[in-house]
Amino acid sequence: MKRVYVNEEWCLGCRLCEYHCAFANSGKTHMASALMNVKIRPNIRVEDDGKVCYAVSCRHCEEPLCVTSCITGALTRENGVITIDGARCVGCFTCVLSCPYGCVRPTGQGAMQKCELCLTNGGVPRCVIGCPNNAIVFEER
Amino acid sequence: MAFTLLFPDFDILRDPNRCIKCRVCERQCANEVHQYDEEHDIMLADENKCVDCQRCVTLCPTKALRICENEQVFRKNANWRAQTIKEIYRQAESGGVLLSSMGNPEPFPVYWDKTLINASQVTNPSIDPLREPMETKVFLGKKPEMIERSADGTLKTELTPQLELKVPLMFSAMSFGSISYNAHKSLAMAATELGICYNTGEGGLHEDFYQYGKNTIVQVASGRFGVHKGYLEAGAAIEIKMGQGAKPGIGGHLPGTKIVGEVSRTRMIPEGSDAISPAPHHDIYSIEDLRQLVYSLKEATRYAKPIIVKVAAVHNIAAIASGIARSGADIIAIDGFRGGTGAAPTRIRDNVGIPIELALASVDARLREEGIRNSVSLVVGGSIRSSADVVKAIALGADACYIATAALLAMGCHLCRSCQAGKCNWGIATQQPDLVKRVNPDIAAPRLVNLITAWGHEIKELLGGMGINSIEALRGNRLMLRGIGLNEKELSILGIAHAGE
Ligand code: SF4
Ligand code: SF4
Repeated sequence: MKRVYVNEEWCLGCRLCEYHCAFANSGKTHMASALMNVKIRPNIRVEDDGKVCYAVSCRHCEEPLCVTSCITGALTRENGVITIDGARCVGCFTCVLSCPYGCVRPTGQGAMQKCELCLTNGGVPRCVIGCPNNAIVFEER
Repeated sequence: MAFTLLFPDFDILRDPNRCIKCRVCERQCANEVHQYDEEHDIMLADENKCVDCQRCVTLCPTKALRICENEQVFRKNANWRAQTIKEIYRQAESGGVLLSSMGNPEPFPVYWDKTLINASQVTNPSIDPLREPMETKVFLGKKPEMIERSADGTLKTELTPQLELKVPLMFSAMSFGSISYNAHKSLAMAATELGICYNTGEGGLHEDFYQYGKNTIVQVASGRFGVHKGYLEAGAAIEIKMGQGAKPGIGGHLPGTKIVGEVSRTRMIPEGSDAISPAPHHDIYSIEDLRQLVYSLKEATRYAKPIIVKVAAVHNIAAIASGIARSGADIIAIDGFRGGTGAAPTRIRDNVGIPIELALASVDARLREEGIRNSVSLVVGGSIRSSADVVKAIALGADACYIATAALLAMGCHLCRSCQAGKCNWGIATQQPDLVKRVNPDIAAPRLVNLITAWGHEIKELLGGMGINSIEALRGNRLMLRGIGLNEKELSILGIAHAGE
């Protein structure tokens, strides 16, 4: 199954992926109108210590700790993709604590959010399309 | 003095209705032009440092940025142009030689643009390259005067080594050091896929690139950096660099700050030491001396590889080329005065040398007159910008063309001409690891392949239009060219008639 992989060798730390992710999940058609004066909450985040940088996003684990730990069944894994049902999430943060990659985060409006591989945004993750250096790829491995 | 008389060359326009303060521009500009001001939540810019490389413009996700010419003017003066005044200010501040990079940008005539190509009509049919075979392959090297065969038809004449190219194009010398590892790798990968050659320049050959040897021209220059037996044997041909179009008559200087890690290892000189290539080869003061080096290199590689001698196009280039043709060299490469460089003194780049078009025409004519045209192939470079330039060069007598600036452009270069600063935002002319990363060979190599493939198609179209089906049949066919707006002298040097004649 195709997943998002990041090649640290090519990650520039430009953070464009973060903005493309936030835009993709904003439901708006223009990036400026979606992100102007907004504190973005992207599902992919760049780790950068000044020397090494790379983007981190949900691995869609085979045995996902977030799904196992979810107390309401809001997180599910179907066809290899882990998605979250915001309506069922009660905001207990258990998944946030259990994800070893820090890839489940609060939306700020009660429920949690995570990468769903842009299933509803055209099918190809927008971080992949927006990466200027092919550091993020969407492929079978 | 607490202030500078210089004002910025560019203005940075940021559309506040688009900027989302993502700070991508700030992270991408190695010149530290953009800055986020936390206190006021705004993006600021210090345009003094901007070189108009357009990295920020390209990556800004909302296209909020534009780099424009600064509208600030000096009082109009046809003699003292703004640039001249600024250069004087700069030298008054620094006391130093002005440095520049890439090719001569001054408005000298471009003869390619004053030359037109012929096409067939009525009496001689044109050829459709999509329906009929068309040969763009060329072989560079000495050609035999005659061919002898034995009774059973096998070849008796011993052929000298030839460089085979699928299209009459090669990437010209750019050293690992002047350009980055990734840029070098991209050129090597593309040349291999295209069946052409790239050129190491005088920086030696990184051990990772020996695998591309069949498509590599290894250069021997006056500094002899990175030259050893394995290196000579690795390449498909060996080039002796006598001169470079951007800076004829002077050597090279790669500052110690760029001689780091792999560059130092590949050049076989200590880290941090300046790599200085002397202006002349200290063992070459005559054609006889050159002949010795040509034969030393042939001897070292068992006469298996063609030897190229590269010179800059200067005033008496025809006589020089005639000498080189007699030195045992197989190929002469001539670099015109618009050829690029990673760094050259501005005055030399902009005032020394002659246009490649004139140099090529006079060299080809001279070698023909002397009956030695077949003893060498001619490769020309120094601002070949399109497939049309290639076709015109071949009609003027070239066997193939060298391109470098066009290749760099394909990899992202925006001709900001700041290579000498070593902070290329496009990851090409830099050794800074965070910048080198910006050229991903998996992106850059296919772009180079695309460029050359596109030119290949266009060359076929142009050939077909003339009713010619091979590069060989166009070479030196000056009847296919006409000048436009050229005077008698220019036409006679180019050996072409005027349009309408
Ligand atoms: S990259 Fe564009 S949108 Fe982002 S801060 Fe710079 S100007 Fe603004
Ligand atoms: S130097 Fe390049 S990246 Fe920096 S501001 Fe100027 S154009 Fe943008």
